Amino acid sequence: MEIKFRHDVDTVLKEAKKQNKPILLDFSAAPM
Amino acid sequence: MVKFVNETFIPARVHVKDDAEAFKRYGEQYNAHWTPTVLELDPNGEEFYRLEGFLPNDDFLAQLELGRAHMDFKKGKWAAAEKRFREIVDNLPQAEAAPEAMYWAGVSHYKATNDAGALKETAKAFTQRYEDSSWAKKASIWA
Repeated sequence: MEIKFRHDVDTVLKEAKKQNKPILLDFSAAPM
Repeated sequence: MVKFVNETFIPARVHVKDDAEAFKRYGEQYNAHWTPTVLELDPNGEEFYRLEGFLPNDDFLAQLELGRAHMDFKKGKWAAAEKRFREIVDNLPQAEAAPEAMYWAGVSHYKATNDAGALKETAKAFTQRYEDSSWAKKASIWA
């Protein structure tokens, strides 16, 4: 199982507000 | 760790090379200019916890849980915060965040009950474990 990272941060910010759920925002250099 | 992240947060990633534009934009917005930097944001997009630099899995998980517990604490959800802080101590006792979690578990209990005994108990607990940590020093005033 992997972390289901999203890349559309603007949409995530909107959805988090709607779902009242916190966000984990990862600034990464890890290979994708 | 994966389960905790997927269940607790909406995880998002901006990559320094592959999402260079987003990395620059959000890096400026959130003052994140180095990798890895991991932010815990509340549902309104406000930062409430920050991790900078690599950590091994258990330490990383403990820090993420610590951040989530602090969010409850800052919202005055004392019982929920205490539960989260204690889970770190119980489940990840060797993690670097564990002494801090034990300190804040005591504070959360005190905030919930206004019973200064909770602080005294916490100070006592620090004489039995994590006694060399900076959090033991901080709790020593309660003894």
